[in-house]
Amino acid sequence: MARVLPKRDAVIIGLGWTGSILAQQLTDAGLNVVALERGPWRDTATDFNIAYMQDELRYAIRKDLFLKPSVEAMTMRNNAGQTALPMRDYGSFLPGDGVGGAGVHWNGQTWRFWDSDFSIKTHLTQRYGAAKIKGLQLQDWGVTWDEIEHSFDQYEYICGTSGKAGNIKGQIQPGGNPFESPRSRDYPNPPLRMPYASTLFAEKMRELGHHPFPLPSSNLSRAYVNPLGIRMGECTFCGFCERFACGNYSKASAQTTILPVLMKKPNFELRTDSEVLKVNLTQDGKMARSVTFLDAQGVEYEQPADVVAVCAYALMNVRMMLLSKIGTQYDPVSGKGTVGRNYCYQTSAGARLMFDDKHFNPFIGAGALGQTIDDFQGDGFDHSKLDFVGGAGISCTVSNGRPISNRPTVPGSPRWGAKWKQATVDGYQNSMGFGSQGSSYPVRENYLDLDPTYTDRHGRPLLRITFDFPDNDVRMSHYMSEQLEKLTKPFNAKYTAVARLQKGWNSVPYQSTHNTGGAIMGTDPTTSAVNKYLQSWDVPNVFVVGASAFAHNAGMNPTGTVGALAYWAAEAITTKYIKSPGALVPA
Amino acid sequence: MSKTLWAAVFVALSVPALAATTDAGKYQVILGDCEGCHGKDLAGGVVLETPFGRMVAPNITPDKETGIGNYTAQEFNLAMKRGVAPGGKRLYPAMPYPYYAHMPDSDVSAMWDYLRSVKAVKNRVNVNQLRFPFNLRVLMRGWNALFFRPQPIADASKSAEWNRGSYLVNGPGHCGACHAPKNAFGADKRALTGTSLQGWFAPDLTSEHHAGLGSWSRVDMVEYLETGRNAHSLASGPMAEAVENSTSRMTMADLDAMAVYLKDVPPSKGNGGGASGIDAQMKAGARAYELSCVACHGRDGKGSALFPPLAGNAAVRQVRADTVVRTVLAGAKAVATPKAPTGPGMPSFGWRLTDEQVANILTYVRNNWGNQAPAISPETVKRIRSELHSSS
Repeated sequence: MARVLPKRDAVIIGLGWTGSILAQQLTDAGLNVVALERGPWRDTATDFNIAYMQDELRYAIRKDLFLKPSVEAMTMRNNAGQTALPMRDYGSFLPGDGVGGAGVHWNGQTWRFWDSDFSIKTHLTQRYGAAKIKGLQLQDWGVTWDEIEHSFDQYEYICGTSGKAGNIKGQIQPGGNPFESPRSRDYPNPPLRMPYASTLFAEKMRELGHHPFPLPSSNLSRAYVNPLGIRMGECTFCGFCERFACGNYSKASAQTTILPVLMKKPNFELRTDSEVLKVNLTQDGKMARSVTFLDAQGVEYEQPADVVAVCAYALMNVRMMLLSKIGTQYDPVSGKGTVGRNYCYQTSAGARLMFDDKHFNPFIGAGALGQTIDDFQGDGFDHSKLDFVGGAGISCTVSNGRPISNRPTVPGSPRWGAKWKQATVDGYQNSMGFGSQGSSYPVRENYLDLDPTYTDRHGRPLLRITFDFPDNDVRMSHYMSEQLEKLTKPFNAKYTAVARLQKGWNSVPYQSTHNTGGAIMGTDPTTSAVNKYLQSWDVPNVFVVGASAFAHNAGMNPTGTVGALAYWAAEAITTKYIKSPGALVPA
Repeated sequence: MSKTLWAAVFVALSVPALAATTDAGKYQVILGDCEGCHGKDLAGGVVLETPFGRMVAPNITPDKETGIGNYTAQEFNLAMKRGVAPGGKRLYPAMPYPYYAHMPDSDVSAMWDYLRSVKAVKNRVNVNQLRFPFNLRVLMRGWNALFFRPQPIADASKSAEWNRGSYLVNGPGHCGACHAPKNAFGADKRALTGTSLQGWFAPDLTSEHHAGLGSWSRVDMVEYLETGRNAHSLASGPMAEAVENSTSRMTMADLDAMAVYLKDVPPSKGNGGGASGIDAQMKAGARAYELSCVACHGRDGKGSALFPPLAGNAAVRQVRADTVVRTVLAGAKAVATPKAPTGPGMPSFGWRLTDEQVANILTYVRNNWGNQAPAISPETVKRIRSELHSSS
């Protein structure tokens, strides 16, 4: 029998970015909140000790900060005709673990999806006609740009994002991204200083007539005090960002932006090492009454609450809904059901250039340090004569020169011995790259459900991912590879290689931890799991917050939009829901 | 909801006088930093390491069995101001009754009212864990005869603010309990010139310019006491607790009064001046500083809005190196206050820096950018490292 704890106003599942944002906003509104975090407590000075954080073997290779498959694995397959098998090691993507979640080890690229993303179906249909998007399950998100712009602003100012506005209230700003949707004001901090490779990239792109700009970075360009009064440090370009936590207080994370204030609040409690098994519903299934969780000793507790906020990683949010029977499982055959629908990923390609006489000094790096062109992003360019929709940001970032994984050599070089060593020496200073990070659009056959065979350590079914790159996205990515070929020309590199995406997603090599969808927001309860406020259509005191709500994925890193959605949902709860509990949008 | 509301209204209507004195009493608890030793819930249990052995602060909640629920107001007053508990039991001056002796009876009485109102917690504390013969309370009679002589702290020639500041610093604030050197019997000697305790060095608070706070303005002092940080320094260790529990919750008028008084404390003899003949240490220290310290504290030692400066930081320039050495070896966590909530941490470098490297870095830091302080030897680092190991 579970021990029943005193009822709270709200229980939050997972204390990463979205959980921390919701906890902060809900407690500010006076609610009594408890957060349940499966992983351990993590704090900058003690757990991200700058004296040993640069241990590449421990953090980047052995993945010390990531979710272990023994805690939660997933099964994966490319299509419904295959039998999905569980991962023994996470590869293609790396979910986070512990307080701060994936926001601890992210790179800090802080993009805003575009106005045309939030109303993508309407936009593309109006511009090209319905036939253009046939076969794609594109849907409007329900929220509009004008409604959510201030939530992006809120998130950027919490993070101290460093960048250059390209469009302030419709006025194009020199040096910024002219394609971005209008923003109410500039970033809180100026862009980071640029390394040589990114500077060279920007020069060449400008010569080609494109529009390079410093990519928006939550690695801070200067010391900053955020609106909560929390101080952050200036990024030191240490080159240990992605897969690492920041020991310098200069990469935005829950730890560096929210937790110092949140953890002191008398109306907030955090329980770490507490794994939520499911959300418990009332008998009629119309309301959530509590969540069941296990503590580190395996003792089972029941935590009653008026509001349940599911704030785990996107994929875990979907699994939590399925395990708790909130909403109905999506069926790719009939196209009916909502939970598991519109799972998307990221569709990327890259170019590598090698020279004889450069000194790129790649060790001067940061997670989100570089220049981007959005000339081929989203629907920023005309697709009427093209055989696809969607696009990609093309960025030259310099994230690291770490000794184990960053040893580029010219193809054909020996793979070992003295000559290999010499080739890595030559390649280290002479190599640069840039890549396209492309959109991922939903199709009927890509989806998430519970695996019929494999279970976790508590006997619960694992999540099953059925995914392959849709033909539209493959065509888009091949188009980007062609653009990359053209973009490499003016560099006159000694050696150039451009990758082309292959059909047949491989779950082993690392690609991207930008898994989206599965509990998507929308206007129609038959095609979306949550409404425009991220509130479950089926169980209105459940809010499901994160990239799980993305109705598709754009060619940008998702965290900026995840943060904005979290502020957006929190605002709906604190200004609308607690005044009048119930469905915020009539079904 | 409504039940609670009615209860609140009832309380407000029926006992306004008591509410006022418990508020006033709560402020006295803040001024006296009672939570610092007796814990957030005042139920005791905080361990004090003294040269005479361990002491554990007792439970002062109204619990009758394990707290002070059986005290009378008069008995409480005697304990606060004379160090005598019911039954004639002598308190040790770890309970700073020589300071509290300056408090007017009305404030002690308000404190008593407040302590009667807090939640009673059952928590039995084994207070006296001192070594023989110090564990014999009867010895305290002799100690009191020798050292318990409350000196006048008022000065009619000074301003009202100065006098309030003197009262707060030398009375309930008991700053000297940490910052005044002790004699062999644990009694305070010269006031506020700094001393080692519990593995830290409580710094010189006088107006001396190298080890003391001579370069701090009145505004700097208030900012530090209120927020735990200012342009010169950042509170950590035992001072972090004092700021969190006490000074950050004081009124601005009281903080300003303390600043006025502290600015007027005559300078100490300083730290003995800079080191000489340390070229090799300075050179090696500069190299090691570049590798391990520059990212946060800066090449110019000026720190940043987040990390404290080392240039001009009095904590760095104390005559004894306890605080700086332990901070490098074991790390430290800065205080977090409502006005400065970040509470950044200094990570531990003990595992990767040798005694010699630590000594070199700190000698360099203590004698660079205008800092002047005695050199630190590897032997000193070794001693502090072994003390840290034995205390953890």
